[in-house]
Amino acid sequence: MPNTLEAELCAIVGEDYVSAQEEERYLYSMDPGTMPPAKPDAVVLPKTPEEVCEIVKLANRMQVPVVPMGAGLVLSGLTRALKGGIILDMKRMNRILMVNETSRYAVVEAGAAQGMLQHYLKKHHPGLKHSIPDAPPGATFGGNVTIHGSGHLSCLGGFHSDMLNGLEVVLPDGTIARIGSCALSDNWFARAPLPDLAGLFLGWAGTTGIVTKLSIKLYPAYPFNDVDIFVLEDENAMPDVLYRLTEPLVAEDITCWMTPKPEWAKGFCHANVAYGAKTREALRWKRNLLRDAVKPYIEKKTGGFMPVPPPMKKRFMDVPASDLARFADVRKGGGFEYVGAIMPVEFFPNACRLGMETATRHQTAYSLGARIVGVNHAMMFFYAYAFNRADEKDVERAQMALEETNKKVVEMGGVPWKAEEPAQKEILKKMHPEMANLMNRIRDALDPGKIMNPGNWEV
Amino acid sequence: MEMEHAEILHRCFRCGYCKFPKNYADINCPAYLKYRFETFAPGGRMWLLRALLDGKINGSKRMQKILFSCATCGNCVNHCAFPGFRDRLLDAFTAGKELLIDSGAIPPEARDYLTNLTNHKNPYKKPAKKRGEWAQDLDIPLYSDEEYLFFAGDVGSFDSRGMEIAGAAAGLLKAAGISFGILGGDEYSDGNDAHAMGETALFRELAEKNIRIWREKGIKKIICLSPHGYNAIKNLYSPYADDLMVFHYSAIVLQVLGKLNFQEVKPVSVTYHDPCYLGRHNSDYETVRGILRSIPGVQVKEMDRNRKNALCCGGGGGNFFTDILGGGPESAAAARAREAADTDAQILVTSCPICTTMLEDGVKAGNLDSHIRVVELSVFIRERTGAIG
Repeated sequence: MPNTLEAELCAIVGEDYVSAQEEERYLYSMDPGTMPPAKPDAVVLPKTPEEVCEIVKLANRMQVPVVPMGAGLVLSGLTRALKGGIILDMKRMNRILMVNETSRYAVVEAGAAQGMLQHYLKKHHPGLKHSIPDAPPGATFGGNVTIHGSGHLSCLGGFHSDMLNGLEVVLPDGTIARIGSCALSDNWFARAPLPDLAGLFLGWAGTTGIVTKLSIKLYPAYPFNDVDIFVLEDENAMPDVLYRLTEPLVAEDITCWMTPKPEWAKGFCHANVAYGAKTREALRWKRNLLRDAVKPYIEKKTGGFMPVPPPMKKRFMDVPASDLARFADVRKGGGFEYVGAIMPVEFFPNACRLGMETATRHQTAYSLGARIVGVNHAMMFFYAYAFNRADEKDVERAQMALEETNKKVVEMGGVPWKAEEPAQKEILKKMHPEMANLMNRIRDALDPGKIMNPGNWEV
Repeated sequence: MEMEHAEILHRCFRCGYCKFPKNYADINCPAYLKYRFETFAPGGRMWLLRALLDGKINGSKRMQKILFSCATCGNCVNHCAFPGFRDRLLDAFTAGKELLIDSGAIPPEARDYLTNLTNHKNPYKKPAKKRGEWAQDLDIPLYSDEEYLFFAGDVGSFDSRGMEIAGAAAGLLKAAGISFGILGGDEYSDGNDAHAMGETALFRELAEKNIRIWREKGIKKIICLSPHGYNAIKNLYSPYADDLMVFHYSAIVLQVLGKLNFQEVKPVSVTYHDPCYLGRHNSDYETVRGILRSIPGVQVKEMDRNRKNALCCGGGGGNFFTDILGGGPESAAAARAREAADTDAQILVTSCPICTTMLEDGVKAGNLDSHIRVVELSVFIRERTGAIG
């Protein structure tokens, strides 16, 4: 990297927050997934949107790529500097700027961690909560919302991008734009009824701009909460079960899981249904609604709610669930990655079979599951494969399983979520040509210098 | 290159639970809080150590700073999501520092600290005979056959604020009728921070010197002023001497609290900062709280992050001496001072001479002097009892 770039970056954010040293270049070249490393020339930690603007302008002047990064937990390598350049680690911009209790939203900086808002709301607004992804608590809002994440209120509110009221973004030319009601005033209550430009920055993997602030929808936090687990053997029945479980509009979250371990879980499909209420009576009433919804299965004894011991229940209600990360230690190797396939719920049986077949073929440890998004409107079906980071062959095995799964998902008609660069290519191959064209035209218009996270979504 | 615990390095997923307390209130790793690059977080250190062993990076000045800025607070150990190896995280970092030291890649500040410790058996370059000066006006006997040895440690013996604290703590014990003596010039550094910095040979030498003199004098019970010394003697000396009874002075004070004559003074609100080497490293969260709650007129207000979740002052791992972690408004000490001030307590009490100085600096860095005052436990009790010391 020319020294001038480092010096210029130092002039913008201060020398403490710029590094072109080998340690940072090494660590920021990869994420915990299987994608091969790609080293940045420098890593910079901006503190304000204005600093982000200056960095982007500098990158334009010097024709250097810019890659925004939150917690770096995407696992699919979207924050690697595929063509070198600057990685912007956004986590110094981590303030919770305001909470509107009545209109139930919070405005946060893009680098704010999910866990920090969770704590803030518990402390200052105990009647409110936000949808928390199944990522570790350090996952940032900027990262998770812009990749169309989902979380523990996704039955209520859909994808996290659906729970977005508006945003502030630094465009590829270094100007700042506000999208949504916040473009007219400091009230960040909705994206409607304006032309919805938020979509220009959602799902684009940072190739169209760098989001710096977001307004997030909040939901009631109830004092009484529960989780019931519906179990059945026949995966073919799952779409109907999920249709029924979502019908009473009671569930805040439904996540399904299929795993070969522990032994008692092997061969069964489980659906965790989480819900809450203001009173015990209301909670009981909601529980009964759920039981009524799947009564035919219970009566025929083809499915039923399993008794859940309190410690296990607590574990299932733990948000975020720290034991999910532990899957990375299955092979004592610190690694897992998953294909998160956005699919219609009726694909569940095929999706399930695909996962098991692929894992068996590649001899990888697996965990399958699905989060229901909306009222059965879609699901994020995940195929998680563990690997041993110290064993190159094992990493390769997981990589091949992921690649094959991505291809099969696309063939099936699903869409890989936060797709790795090779999976993006698979998607683009199948994409309606005019959508791909439109994506290119938008990028050309916004980022003529092609500095924004290049290598991603390239047709 | 080889190091102990190498087999766990690649098992870290870098999920980042280690950066936070249990309630995720804010960043709880002092080095990561200060520098904010992923490289300074525990997960970053794990992966970099693996890369170092694999020859992908070298023991550069940056790598030295990354490892030696670890305050060994143990937040990562408490909050890591992986029960299979989390207990060994700090051991791995220590082994990494040892590896760097052995290859001559050591930050100058750390080198100077260790050199002074080697040459003078204290980091202050002071002659041994000055070790007992803190006690010269207090009429404290040199140990002969008293029940306890009072171990002042390096900070209590040579640092001006530390000496005041040593005097206050010893004064309380005396006022309560505890039988104890000191070793003066025959005391050596406890070596806790040398150990944390990976200088295990020096640590062993210091431990052996201390144990030898204790054996000669028949010392079996030791009261430590500093949680760092307490940790070293209780946990690290045990392979060499497992028959010692070791106490942090607060444990003794709690036992004899009834003998202290608390005066009628106006009510005061305090918040308590858990020193890492008393709390996370030795699971003692309640002794000092018990003392504070027993003192008339004292209201205890808890910070958001307390006990296992307390934010470290940033002084551990030798950083109090080397300042590799550094101060200023972005430091852990300043963040901790702000958190204490947010409780609206008048006084920030802690029970470690290192934490006291670090937090005083934090109060200054945050311009919080008019909001909160840092007072070490023994000094606080002295103020409320009028005990001499």
